Amino acid sequence: MAFLSNFINGLSLGSIYAIIALGYTMVYGIAKMLNFAHGDVIMVGAYVSFVSIYSLGTPPILALLISMCVCTVLGVVIERLAYRPLRSAASLAVLITAIGVSYLLQNVALLIWTSNTKVFPSIVSFGSLHIGSLTITGETIVSIITCVVIMIGLTLFTTKAKTGKAMRAVSENRQAAELMGISVNKTISVTFAIGSALAAVAGVLYCSMYPVLVPTTGSIPGIKAFTAAVLGGIGSIPGTLVGGLLLGIIEIFSRAYISQDLSDAIVFAVLIIILLVKPNGLLGKKVTEKV
Amino acid sequence: MLLKVDNIHVYYGAIHAIKGISFEVNEGETVALIGANGAGKSTTLKTISGLMHPKSGTIQFLDKDVSHTDAYRLVAQGLAHVPEGRHIFLQMTVQENLEMGAFTSKGDINAAMDKVFQYFPRLKERRKQIGGTLSGGEQQMLAMGRALMISPKLMMLDEPSMGLAPILVEQIFDIIRELRDAGTTILLVEQNAGMALDIADRAYVLETGRITLSGTGSELAQSDEVKKAYLGG
Ligand SMILES: Nc1ncnc2c1ncn2[C@@H]1O[C@H](COP(=O)(O)OP(=O)(O)OP(=O)(O)O)[C@@H](O)[C@H]1O
Ligand SMILES: [Mg+2]
Repeated sequence: MAFLSNFINGLSLGSIYAIIALGYTMVYGIAKMLNFAHGDVIMVGAYVSFVSIYSLGTPPILALLISMCVCTVLGVVIERLAYRPLRSAASLAVLITAIGVSYLLQNVALLIWTSNTKVFPSIVSFGSLHIGSLTITGETIVSIITCVVIMIGLTLFTTKAKTGKAMRAVSENRQAAELMGISVNKTISVTFAIGSALAAVAGVLYCSMYPVLVPTTGSIPGIKAFTAAVLGGIGSIPGTLVGGLLLGIIEIFSRAYISQDLSDAIVFAVLIIILLVKPNGLLGKKVTEKV
Repeated sequence: MLLKVDNIHVYYGAIHAIKGISFEVNEGETVALIGANGAGKSTTLKTISGLMHPKSGTIQFLDKDVSHTDAYRLVAQGLAHVPEGRHIFLQMTVQENLEMGAFTSKGDINAAMDKVFQYFPRLKERRKQIGGTLSGGEQQMLAMGRALMISPKLMMLDEPSMGLAPILVEQIFDIIRELRDAGTTILLVEQNAGMALDIADRAYVLETGRITLSGTGSELAQSDEVKKAYLGG
């Protein structure tokens, strides 16, 4: 029973990693950059929810929607002000800028909300599910369902919607996309908007599960989700799901059966081994152009 | 006049790739741009389509100055650019590639696709196939078909015969001829000068960023300089 319970917890943590990882993967695939500040958008999302629940007294679901709106705007503004001017700069310059944005967000959060730990109220209002001796918390169920819904929605969006197809086109070949009449800038903005809205969802879910909110709350899940994206094959949506779930399960199992302290080290060891065997990640693909 | 290029200078950083060229393309014409490797043919097309912008000089398309208009906006105005190396979407199916070609189009996509299939029946057979698995010739057909989805007012082709077996080169040129005869305005860049001059109403010779010769296709094909430099004697 403990095994099953750990497995379900792993799935649920992995679902959150997968939702965050989508932001990394989409931005990486389309803007060809590593948005290091993505993790901190999660933190902002959580704080905004916290404030709207406690200070504005909004119901949790409304708080989540407000968070999503704020993060969407934040993501688009960050891209517009910090990354777009560097569109043709060296990738190292962009990475350093992204690290800068990450610290900026953390410091602004520190200024507004101080370093005092906030205890995040769970947005899930229903209780746990008991099946025999197995207990599944409401947060667990909500995370997994949310992840499934987002994955299906995003897959449909990128295969059916015009903007979604434009995203795939830009991701594959920016110049060709431009020659089809697709605005690369607009497509990148949309990508940041979606990724950041998802970051808000992930932030609220993550803090509902681990209710400790400080200005650096986003960085650890951010890095792990990035790991998940690389593990699954960065740029691939199904890969992100596989990578996220795998990471969540490995983490929970190593915590339960190996060592609480070493669990993160184990997670990264697994990443390194997988990348040695499959450098493009589990579902990453490589197609070559014929001449 | 459909396209008028007036004394443009184009740079890659410090490299002065186009050194003041001027030419024009009238409606219904097929104009060829020939020249050796590195002469600046692709750069010229990229500058017209808005992927690059001239440092000085102007480009007029449909009597509007588009020298600094972004590429994606020019597509909606009817300018199609089939780039060197095809650049089809390798992970998308043939059909999806064609749909991307119609991204700016407000008309009937299926009708446009049927028209493309008339020129390229091979694409119809392979509409569900992934672009990356097509042969080089099929990829070229797809790149051209994709550009035709907007029924362009000007179609620019950059080395459509590159890397293709002679029989496929013939096929591609037959289709270009069909397009020309159907009234499509074409600006054709080719290293295969013989075939390009044969098909073109007028042509320009580009040498290290400058136009050195111009005339009708047959005039240039007869000229000693062109014969010596581009037609192998
Ligand atoms: N991205 C680039 N950066 C720097 N220089 C470039 C770049 N692309 C082209 N050039 C230079 O600009 C000049 C013109 O290149 P261009 O590609 O337009 O030639 P081309 O006539 O199309 O040649 P080819 O027949 O080989 O395709 C060349 O000297 C080339 O080295
Ligand atoms: Mg070229």
